[in-house]
Amino acid sequence: MSYAVSDSATMLRRSLRHALRDPTGMLMAFAIPILLLLLFVGVLGGAIGAGITGTLGGTAYVNYLVPGVILMMVGYGSATTALAVNADKTEGIIARFRTMAIARTSVLTGHMLGAVIRTMISAALVFGFALLLGFRPAAGPLDWLAVTGVIALLALAQSWMAVAVGLSAANPAGTGNFTLVVQILPFVSSAFVPPESMPVGVRWFAQHEPFTPIIDTLRGLLLGMPIGSSGLQAVGWCVAFALVGYFWARAVFNRDPVE
Amino acid sequence: MAIINQPAVEVTGLRKAFAGKLVLDGIDLTVSAGTVFSLLGPNGAGKTTTVRILSTLIRADAGRARIAGHDLVGAPHRVRAAIGVTGQFSAVDGILTGTENVVMMADLHHLGRVEGRRRAAGLLERFDLVEAAGRPARTYSGGMRRRLDLAMTLVGDPRVIFLDEPTTGLDPRGRHAMWQIIRQLAADGVTVLLTTQYLDEADELADRIAVLDRGKLVAAGTPDELKRRVPGGHIRLRFTDERGLESAARAFGEGESSRDSDALALHVPSDGSVRSLKALLDRLDDESIEVDGLSVHTPDLDDVFFALTGHPSAPKEAVR
Repeated sequence: MSYAVSDSATMLRRSLRHALRDPTGMLMAFAIPILLLLLFVGVLGGAIGAGITGTLGGTAYVNYLVPGVILMMVGYGSATTALAVNADKTEGIIARFRTMAIARTSVLTGHMLGAVIRTMISAALVFGFALLLGFRPAAGPLDWLAVTGVIALLALAQSWMAVAVGLSAANPAGTGNFTLVVQILPFVSSAFVPPESMPVGVRWFAQHEPFTPIIDTLRGLLLGMPIGSSGLQAVGWCVAFALVGYFWARAVFNRDPVE
Repeated sequence: MAIINQPAVEVTGLRKAFAGKLVLDGIDLTVSAGTVFSLLGPNGAGKTTTVRILSTLIRADAGRARIAGHDLVGAPHRVRAAIGVTGQFSAVDGILTGTENVVMMADLHHLGRVEGRRRAAGLLERFDLVEAAGRPARTYSGGMRRRLDLAMTLVGDPRVIFLDEPTTGLDPRGRHAMWQIIRQLAADGVTVLLTTQYLDEADELADRIAVLDRGKLVAAGTPDELKRRVPGGHIRLRFTDERGLESAARAFGEGESSRDSDALALHVPSDGSVRSLKALLDRLDDESIEVDGLSVHTPDLDDVFFALTGHPSAPKEAVR
């Protein structure tokens, strides 16, 4: 136990090295969110923006869009994490770590921390690029601090889930369902269009799914609008997912591996 | 060094079933400290399962084991601190370079930056990986990978090393390089428990061999003890004509030797030693029998299995 910090740091270094040498993962982390931003602002933005102009309160569509892209970006990042953990499991390096006298789950903590760091760097890039596209946040320093905190917490939550999924899946394809969920759910939330513009059943789902309060919180903080109860809901969902992911991952790790 | 008298590995009544299928059916083993012990058996015999249990990776259903004096169930962390595992189910990190792999192990053993790097460099040198040290391990050949694997295992100075089929899949050169390394480990006083499918490998390396078949130990002893129990070693003589075969068969005694008339060949039992070979040649010379060809056959795993279990070692289900 006394070596938990040192071993997790070793595993974090490993995870970051892996990230730097994985071109596909880098593309997922950096290029795709920016592509999404370009796609929604440059291609779809005109039509969507005109269609929902009444509910945007006069702000440009790019301002509305950025929190949703951040959320998508976290999703892509966690898909990469699930694959990385699964590769560690199927290739046998986790079996090696398990036979060593090291802090038990340090390899998982390393993956999680690496994922959070990757996410924060991607987020900075997305914000920078959005500014070039006309994103004009009204956030003060404290708001930005809160934004950073919410993104980090979201990344932590999704990363623990991703670690658990990667560890449970028998092969890379087994992580597909998770990837699908984290990449599709944002579309049925307030990420790209306000739920008020959706048909009744879908609207109810969009208003109650976990991503919506998280996006609303980010959006409120960035655009200087009130966030109401979204903030608490967002933190609640993130903490719940983080705990579920963490304990799930730990339980799977402590179980005897099957071949 | 009171430890010397204590067995490095002590196993009693180890049992394991997967999904209702019994894979280990009451294994007892004792490995003396500082010796090489080989678990010999075909695919599916339970060799890898045994190593997975003894290296704390999976739990046994029943039985007790002490490794380096520590109880496997009661003190797994101490067992882990005393052992090293190299083999099929454990792996190197293919994305990291050779150096990074070994340094990572040094970090996980908390050796400190300077000492860790020093030891990593020494091990890479010892295992002839200096040139490849800067390349990702996934570009390595099978033999290089196996050597890196072992270098990583040795970073922590384990007192007991489990080698799970260390030469499976290697070419003859890689195989002999690995044998050389294992002999060196033994000379350094490390206890080695190795699994193998090859009788010659066990014979070459092990002080004691236990033969595992369908989850049970069917024999144990020194290589010589084992081979004495195994008939099948013989010298095959080939002749140009029926007459030669006839006179040779008479010379060595019809009951002693066995004839393969179609191939004009005679099998004379032999332990394959130079002395017995010389006696045989002298005999042929005395009788002036012309021999067309001669080959020496030592007992192989099939002979061992046939002798000990009454069935050949053909792979059954690949339960490992």
